[in-house]
Amino acid sequence: MISRGPRLITWQLGVLAEIVQETPRVSSLYFDAPDWPGHLAGQHVDVRLTADDGYQAERSYSIASAPEDRRLALTVERLDDGEVSPYLVGELRVGDKLELRGPIGGYFVWRGEEERPLLLIGGGSGVVPLMSMLRHRSHVARKAPARLLFSSRTLADVIYHAELEHLSSADGGLRVFHTLTREKPAGWTGYTRRIDEAMVKEVVWPTQDMVDVFVCGPTSFVEAAASLLVAMGYDPRAVKTERFGATGG
Amino acid sequence: MRDTHPLMGFVSRGFRGKRRDTASSARVPPGQYVVTDFPVLSAGPTPRVNLDQWTFSIEGEIDEPKRWTWKEFRALAAETVTKDIHCVTKWSKLDTTWKGVSVDTLMEGVETAAEFTTVFSDAGYTTNIPLDDITGNKAWVVYEFDGQPLHPEHGGPVRFLVPHLYFWKSAKWVRGIRLQNEEHPGFWESNGYNMYGDPWREQRYWGD
Amino acid sequence: MQEMKLDGNAIGGLLREIFTVEMTAARGTCASCGAVNELGRVQVYLHAPGTVVRCPDCEQVLMKIVRSGGRYWVDLTGTRCLEFGEG
Repeated sequence: MISRGPRLITWQLGVLAEIVQETPRVSSLYFDAPDWPGHLAGQHVDVRLTADDGYQAERSYSIASAPEDRRLALTVERLDDGEVSPYLVGELRVGDKLELRGPIGGYFVWRGEEERPLLLIGGGSGVVPLMSMLRHRSHVARKAPARLLFSSRTLADVIYHAELEHLSSADGGLRVFHTLTREKPAGWTGYTRRIDEAMVKEVVWPTQDMVDVFVCGPTSFVEAAASLLVAMGYDPRAVKTERFGATGG
Repeated sequence: MRDTHPLMGFVSRGFRGKRRDTASSARVPPGQYVVTDFPVLSAGPTPRVNLDQWTFSIEGEIDEPKRWTWKEFRALAAETVTKDIHCVTKWSKLDTTWKGVSVDTLMEGVETAAEFTTVFSDAGYTTNIPLDDITGNKAWVVYEFDGQPLHPEHGGPVRFLVPHLYFWKSAKWVRGIRLQNEEHPGFWESNGYNMYGDPWREQRYWGD
Repeated sequence: MQEMKLDGNAIGGLLREIFTVEMTAARGTCASCGAVNELGRVQVYLHAPGTVVRCPDCEQVLMKIVRSGGRYWVDLTGTRCLEFGEG
């Protein structure tokens, strides 16, 4: 957990212990980080790459693992014209070291200490910090009811699909709703369109009373989802949002 | 690119970065690399510009401020220029072609004792440039890039172009030039970036 | 149109460098419109010579942050007050 009092944030080395390919473009990277101080669900880490001539590139990635997990996991989408993500997903091998610092963030954080309902809306790899929350939730004894609305391009692009099925089938308090925006596979029972008012009304709790809301995804997705919730009467300040750009990579 | 507190000598195995030849040359200033795409830099939302209400002004230390409507501005003599541009974030783009009005054309008949200017934009952006650096065939107010109307994300409908200085001086969505007797630091010049910004002398920050 | 606008979560690390404590849950008062927002909610533009932070209510500049060569320049004229905890 975060220690109290001012403290300089420093870089440390993690060693890549395992790679799990989640989708054709997305992999989870599991690190052993001996100096890692622990984290809260929803926080992220800064990653820094250094070339042999001293050139550096730095990006921020959401943490996918639960605070209770043994290893620190990042789930990274490879952006073809990016600079850092093609290195993390493609070049980095088990045993390689990576410079990390964190955990970072205190706004987009779910502690799981309350039994208030938890509403999560994710677009693409925006599901990553939400997954950390659901994994954390699976460890806590008194579970808040939770719903996840998860928008992906195609069935093959659904990150953590099997694990989400497993989590929700084992736990009546968790409901997972998928929507696919670019494919209508045969036999698919989820939604097949961009999120809209009708979908949000079917998925979310009708009132905002005491609901913790987290929305994460590309900027346009986040703003669309937040607008729909606000139109339903949710207080804009109660809807916690995290945007990522298409250009960062 | 970041540079604080490196772990001693750590190198990320196999990382080269998405580069680029850094070798400077007669065309490429020190520390720059050449790109073929056109990166978009943005310090805020892209303004929606209504051309019916758009004007371009020369104001400040001038007896009779000058102002053109969009129609008047587009009727001014235009020229097409091909220039290399150099962004302080270290990319350079060679042989970019622009169409617009020379600042010399806009300044015709202007009598002023001012030595400095603030170029100002929609959305509150400003940048300071000595008057001598925007006159004498050195700067343009442009509305076409590569033969096409300038895209809003690149500063359309109209941006400034002063290619011999770092590209933050070439203000997007430009609306006018304020003539001044003293130099007033602009949006970036007031917070660390160099008052002049000569790429050939690597004048990126204060003190460079 | 590329997505240039991010939010304050994207600069949690940079703000930690400057303020030494967690700042995305800090509350900033806009000097232009008076709105109070947690920094996780504010608008952030990273693809620029420096980092530009804007008010989500009125879009005026709250902060400009430039970092180079071990130096920082921080313009807070657009932020009337920052409220944050000790860590």
